[in-house]
Amino acid sequence: MIAFIIRRVGQALAVILVMTVLVFFGTHVIGDPVWMMVPGDATQEQVEQVRREFGFDQPAHRQFLAFLRDIAQGDFGRSYVHGGPAFALILERMPATLELAFAALLMAVVLGIPLGLYAGLNPEAAPARAIMAGSILGFSLPTFWVGLMLIMLFSVMLGWLPATGRGPTVSVFGIETSMLSLEGWRHLLLPALNLALLKVSLVIRLTRSGAREAALQDYVKFARAKGLSRRRIVGVHILKNILIPIVTVLGLEFGSLVAFSVVTETIFAWPGMGKLLLEAIQRLDRPLIVAYVMVVVMLFVTINLIVDILYSALDPRVRLTGDTA
Amino acid sequence: MVAVWKGAALAAALVLGGWGSATAMELRIGLAAEPSSADPHYHNLTPNNAVARHVFEALVDMDEVQTMKPGLAESWKTLDDTTWEFSLRKDVKFHDGSPFTADDVLFSFNRVPNVPKSPSPKTAYVRGKVIEKIDDHTIRIRTARPDALMLNSLAQIEIMSAKAAASASTEDLNAGRGTVGTGPYQFVEFVPGDRLVVKRNDAYWRGREPWEKVTFRFIKSDPTRVAALLSGDVDVIETVPTADAQRLAKEPKVALASALSNRVIYLHMDRLRETSPFVKSKDGSAIKNPFHNLKVRQALTRAINRPAIVERIMEGEAVPASQLLPDVYAGTSKNLKPVAYDLEAARKLLAEAGYPNGFRLTIHGPNGRYTNDTKIIEAVAQMFTRLGVETTVETLPPAVFFSRASSGGPDKTPEFSMILAGWSAGTGEPGDSMRSLLMSFDPQAGTGSANRGRYSNPQFDQLIQKGFATVDAAKRAEIFASAAEVVMNDVGLIPIHYQKNTWAAKKGLKVTPRTDEYTFAMSVRP
Amino acid sequence: MSAEAGMPGAEMAGAGGLGRFARRFAEDRVALFGLVLLLVIAGLALIAPFIAPQNPYDLARVDIMDSRQPPGARAGDGFTMWLGSDGVGRDLVSGILYGLRISLAVGLVSGLIAAAIGMTLGLVAAYAGGRTETLIMRLVDLQLSLPSVLVALILVALLGKGIDKIILALVIVQWAYYARTVRGSALVERRKEYVEAARSLGLSHARTVFRHILPNCLAPVIVIATVQTAHAISLEATLSFLGVGLPQTEPSLGVLIANGFQYMLSGKYWISFFPGIALLVTIVAINLVGDRLRDVLNPRLER
Repeated sequence: MIAFIIRRVGQALAVILVMTVLVFFGTHVIGDPVWMMVPGDATQEQVEQVRREFGFDQPAHRQFLAFLRDIAQGDFGRSYVHGGPAFALILERMPATLELAFAALLMAVVLGIPLGLYAGLNPEAAPARAIMAGSILGFSLPTFWVGLMLIMLFSVMLGWLPATGRGPTVSVFGIETSMLSLEGWRHLLLPALNLALLKVSLVIRLTRSGAREAALQDYVKFARAKGLSRRRIVGVHILKNILIPIVTVLGLEFGSLVAFSVVTETIFAWPGMGKLLLEAIQRLDRPLIVAYVMVVVMLFVTINLIVDILYSALDPRVRLTGDTA
Repeated sequence: MVAVWKGAALAAALVLGGWGSATAMELRIGLAAEPSSADPHYHNLTPNNAVARHVFEALVDMDEVQTMKPGLAESWKTLDDTTWEFSLRKDVKFHDGSPFTADDVLFSFNRVPNVPKSPSPKTAYVRGKVIEKIDDHTIRIRTARPDALMLNSLAQIEIMSAKAAASASTEDLNAGRGTVGTGPYQFVEFVPGDRLVVKRNDAYWRGREPWEKVTFRFIKSDPTRVAALLSGDVDVIETVPTADAQRLAKEPKVALASALSNRVIYLHMDRLRETSPFVKSKDGSAIKNPFHNLKVRQALTRAINRPAIVERIMEGEAVPASQLLPDVYAGTSKNLKPVAYDLEAARKLLAEAGYPNGFRLTIHGPNGRYTNDTKIIEAVAQMFTRLGVETTVETLPPAVFFSRASSGGPDKTPEFSMILAGWSAGTGEPGDSMRSLLMSFDPQAGTGSANRGRYSNPQFDQLIQKGFATVDAAKRAEIFASAAEVVMNDVGLIPIHYQKNTWAAKKGLKVTPRTDEYTFAMSVRP
Repeated sequence: MSAEAGMPGAEMAGAGGLGRFARRFAEDRVALFGLVLLLVIAGLALIAPFIAPQNPYDLARVDIMDSRQPPGARAGDGFTMWLGSDGVGRDLVSGILYGLRISLAVGLVSGLIAAAIGMTLGLVAAYAGGRTETLIMRLVDLQLSLPSVLVALILVALLGKGIDKIILALVIVQWAYYARTVRGSALVERRKEYVEAARSLGLSHARTVFRHILPNCLAPVIVIATVQTAHAISLEATLSFLGVGLPQTEPSLGVLIANGFQYMLSGKYWISFFPGIALLVTIVAINLVGDRLRDVLNPRLER
């Protein structure tokens, strides 16, 4: 177990290093961030001064060495635009993104599992077919397009929900969340729904195929033959068995929700780290992009690790490879 | 666990009470661009400056049409061509109650060039100015040469409290430590990516503002910002998208306010090279750079249907341009009119210039830097193509575009043959625009800093230099106007239109529009 | 582990198998409808230059005086713009037809390249084993552990705009799915008797792989390919919407939607709406087909 974790962390560090190098030199090639920093009427002298101040006048490899030196001293770079430490800026925005992704995941599960179970257990029923057709639609909808449609409908035409931003936050055990107030949820609902849409379909399909396969398994047939109630068969035997892949996939999909929040946050002006990334890309704010990549890779490694551990806990047949090594 | 839940519920209830809808005297403004800091000297950027003006003030104020008005300095005079004396207000107090004195001015002037890691310092505004304290409420500023733009520069320098901000870093100021000014509002909080909040300064020397609290929300996406206004999330939005202006004008619960802006959208042509990289003959072979020929330039500017661009692309949110700044500003020429669209005349000029079959051209431009920038370039390309100049369009992300357009070519020369760009005259007069965009490129002298076409005209250069050495405002304006005529008749660049700045507010609020792009709570009245 | 994993190869060799497969596929009317729809869309995209009333890239034909016209308006050139026009005067019917070409081409080309690379690496991994396999599968795991939107977003931000760059980015985010699937199937096939038999007959490695193992891995690859093509088209649209995708002057469906985004609230819904519907219908059609293929090719669900 320990060996397994250590190996995973080692891999993560390697990934982070590779991504950092790629992003660092990639942003170096595409443009000169100084032009996004100085005002339009800056003189050549001002431009040069800013270049010197930020070290842009140095060759790329020199800048990279300086960057590594700073990291060794615990300084992961400062945002060119915001001035603050890039890491802190990302971490500041992270709770909002995680909250959004979590809310979306919750919605996906709450909507998806019952629908999927129904479709899986009554595959020929008309509503089941409708559910499946709907899930294909949900799969296919472009997130950004739906986001705007949601705003049009619920904010502008009906006026039920606010179109933008995050509601008031409450600090619980040091974590800022807007999920504890009605107003917070009112702000959260549309973006979370927008983000959840893709995953609802995924959960429906996973649940459905899991349920269909489980229904054909011997133990279910056996339970049915024993005369157990349908409710018990579904609730205990089927659900328990299909939960494993669902938990696994959802764990991994949480990462994709965090990533897709770039789109949702941009449309709904949600103050998360995805929106920060997009702005950083537009302004070539290299330290911020690098820090975002680092944070996100770490986040994913952690999620994958948790999923693997959970997976082995839920299904004793699965053993973590580190154990045997 | 139960206790925690109760606490959370209580907190939620408290927050709900205070949040729900805005209280009568709260103003919520949706901004299109986000300030990068609450430190007024950190980043010379429109949203930063606009937000800073609520908390901090400068010695000189610019009103909504960019006319200089007394600010923290109640009066000034020139002792000679290079010495200015300013009398400071005696009745002004900082938000922490300490009095405003000449020491704060000296402190602020000293701080401006020394903000660490500033992405674009305001150093240029204090450079060459030697400041001297005469007494607590009098200062003198000396310059080596006559400085016609003294007041314009001073209007850009926010005065901070020498006491409160003595050792404040940019991060401190973002967190509200030392963010103490003399302005109409006091700093409350800055949440990057979300909002900036200020509250009323009841002791403001000009008198109390009507709003107890002002929240600036950052909503970059255009449709989302409009939706936020319509759904009541915010009371005022800036930069009304051109696509929505006409519809909002008809909306009964919304009122629009707009003013002609100081931003011109223009085309620069390569005047540096003998053969230009993105100009080819129709068969693809290299040809001599046609932009050196005045008739070609005249043909191109005549082929542009400016009213059509204004109406069809900008949806009325612009005005055809004749020069770098609308002629309501001093120093512009009233004789210059937008070049009229005349395709036949343009074709004739092109033929006379020796290009009866036209040529091939690629126009480069930024994507998303100026309102509808890509669409404008596409429209221009349509018009040039009709003229016979087969034009393709390439738009790039702004960071890439400006980097290449300024120094992407060999030996750090501008890379492109024709570019679209915009220019905002922050100084509120045309001299600085002409110096930056059209004077001969000279990094040492600081002229032609944004002259990405490398246009060069000695007669024009002389006029601009003469203008800047003339302290008498009326005479200077005359010189600049004649310089504008010289350069526009020579088609040094091709102006397309001046943008309009438009604000939208919910009915009942009155917004005074500004020619600069600053959004002020002070411009909004119930 | 994900939804597509764990799909064993299905036997589909021989004409009889193909006919049976087609009949099984056609049992689902909705899927059949999806297939027909997809063929129609692809056909329209193919013949776009002959049926579109306007070449939307020819600036001599596009006129800003025609911009933002509602559906059914007449263009200056005299033809009727049945779906209206966009912000620079492009006829939307033409724009959508040409946009479909780009979207489908981007999806297909990136899918083909990714499939070629992914299948090769997957086969190599399964067949070579040892270090090579470990290295390739590490890369695959790495690629799959990062969400494709994010990787693509950062890649195009680094590479810049342009159709070639988008395709490159989409190849990079897709190849690993093919590699993983093919390796999984190939491992199963490798252990089967016919491979042993082929080998003992002294057939070359290449022959064994390409003649015997590969054809038997194709079923899951086809399923993955449909899902991935739909995904790639949607991803391209998303990137274009975020402003890092294709240039606005070469509109794919995503660019058309993004261009119309600013007009949505002003009542000029058609600029975003119709390309959005076209995109949606295309993706739904592909997914309907892919969904049915998955059911048909997965023998575990055989009744």
